[in-house]
Amino acid sequence: MSEKAMRPRKVDPLDFLEVDALLTDEELLIRDTVRQFVADRVLPDIGDWFEDGVFPKELAKEMAAMGLLGMHLDGYGCAGTNSVSYGLACTELEYGDSGVRSFVSVQGSLAMFPIWAFGSEEQKQDWLPRMAAGEVIGCFGLTEADSGSDPGSMRTRARRDGDDWVLNGSKMWITSGNIADVAVVWAQTDEGIRGFIVPTDTKGFTANLIHKKLSLRASVTSELVLDDVRLPGDAVLPDVVGLKGPLSCLNEARFGILFGAVGAARACYEAALSYAGERRQFDVPIASFQLTQRKLVEMLIGINRGMLVAVHLGRKKDDGTLDPTHVSFGKLDNVRMALQVAREARSVLGANGITLEYPVVRHMNNLESVYTYEGTNEIHTLILGQAITGINAFS
Amino acid sequence: MKIAVCAKQIPDPATPYQLDPTTHYVVRPNDQVLDDTDRYGIEVGLQLAAAAGDASVTVFSMSPSGSLQGIRQALAMGADKAVIVDDAGLRGADALTTARILAAAIEREGFDVVIAGTESTDGYTGVVPQQIAELLGVPSLTFARKIDRHGDGIRIERQTSNGYDVVDANPPLLISVTSGAVEPRYPTFKGIMQAKSKPVETVTAADLGVEVAAGQSIAAVEPVPARQAGEIVTDEGDAFERIVALLEQVKVI
Repeated sequence: MSEKAMRPRKVDPLDFLEVDALLTDEELLIRDTVRQFVADRVLPDIGDWFEDGVFPKELAKEMAAMGLLGMHLDGYGCAGTNSVSYGLACTELEYGDSGVRSFVSVQGSLAMFPIWAFGSEEQKQDWLPRMAAGEVIGCFGLTEADSGSDPGSMRTRARRDGDDWVLNGSKMWITSGNIADVAVVWAQTDEGIRGFIVPTDTKGFTANLIHKKLSLRASVTSELVLDDVRLPGDAVLPDVVGLKGPLSCLNEARFGILFGAVGAARACYEAALSYAGERRQFDVPIASFQLTQRKLVEMLIGINRGMLVAVHLGRKKDDGTLDPTHVSFGKLDNVRMALQVAREARSVLGANGITLEYPVVRHMNNLESVYTYEGTNEIHTLILGQAITGINAFS
Repeated sequence: MKIAVCAKQIPDPATPYQLDPTTHYVVRPNDQVLDDTDRYGIEVGLQLAAAAGDASVTVFSMSPSGSLQGIRQALAMGADKAVIVDDAGLRGADALTTARILAAAIEREGFDVVIAGTESTDGYTGVVPQQIAELLGVPSLTFARKIDRHGDGIRIERQTSNGYDVVDANPPLLISVTSGAVEPRYPTFKGIMQAKSKPVETVTAADLGVEVAAGQSIAAVEPVPARQAGEIVTDEGDAFERIVALLEQVKVI
């Protein structure tokens, strides 16, 4: 039996398991490009954006210029990268802020993806190039005030009126709603749930900004109201009927989240590691204390494990062997991990951990939203429970 | 218009440099990155090419074998091709040797405009661009903080310690670009994916007909002396006298 000797190596505290070695040059260059963009354009101002409660809309065109919007889609002006690259971009964006990553997830995975996957050729030609260029901002209307984990109970309805469709209802917690030029809205019809492309300047469409958020403050969150919104017959997405339409979009977005959460966690871990080395109490850096070291090591393990899961699932997506239940596994565990890391990092930073001078409390608050949106921890648990027992606990 | 941009791959500045204890050369890891100062030169090259219309941008680099991550970044930004001079005999080459190599590679390819950063971030000799211009026999428009087309030629603003000079020249010419002269673009994802299929030619010094003979070697490398402890002046109403005396002593006043 041959055995390679295990030698002590110099470790990188920021890539402990050398996950970079699992990535291609092309993936690393895309990752590094987004990392540079976030360092240049997001990190200097994100604390102020969060405090002021604004999403810097001008970022959209800058991100579009790189190819970030709909980057994993083919054709129609999209970059057409692989899924791992898309995931890595989400990691870097969320290292900046979950709100910035949410914008990109919604544009690419929730608004562009359904048009790309279920739209007619005319719809694709009409919308996708402008959305990839950041000229048209999209949002995704599925959740309602009384219809969250159970989207099938939605009350928004579309009825036929001659050749037209007429939509009535409202949607809640809609990212980018107030800055969107187009909304992909899901509604009950006589045939089942269907998707509609709704220009936001259509008569009867209103977006109301949701104020007083303490999470995702650098992101626009809205209520959409549809009051006799009349759309031409060709506004419906022709190629999907039923919940599988919106759920397939959510799977795309959740895939980005399971990568993204690792970025938020890494930002918190880096802040805590650096702070623990500099902050002195009892004449020594607090990193000297066993209790602090344990916190840092738990963060390290969680982040490296999360990144390995993410890259593995990315490879499976690229080779066509990814199951939606795998995505549930990644979303559930990586977001849970990131929230734990953020809370531990907050405790390492003491009082400094609650200010926007450091990224930690911002990520901690953001991750509270990421923990429940795009499928709560509980729903993903039940999806996994069903997958391994064969028993559906939902109903 | 044929535009040649000189670029250097250097060890990642985020990681501490290591020196070879015998030769005192920087130990070059397999993975090197594009010198950040070169992003400005590449951007200037791409802007001039876009303005000229029918133009090509070729990146020239003297680089040890290893991953071409940094060069790929230049290609991803939009350069058309790269010429790499990879030759074990060039390890630790001095500035003049580097200039001879790059000038020979650029001359072989043909050029109208040569663009370089003002100095590399790892070597800091700051003389290679001017040496290349001399070897090619073309004017050198150095320390450009602004570059524009001007008639058939190029006009730059040369940064000086007091302000700037406005300097004009007609191609062929060389420009050395200061960091911050332009806003370097981010590589696009499409550019990144196309970069791997762009031509990268690897040549040796012999291919260029350059005989390598290093004119200098590094005899020793000494660390910066540790800073002396400062003097604490306690103010009892007359501290200004001691401070004035100290300032006079170091000839500040």
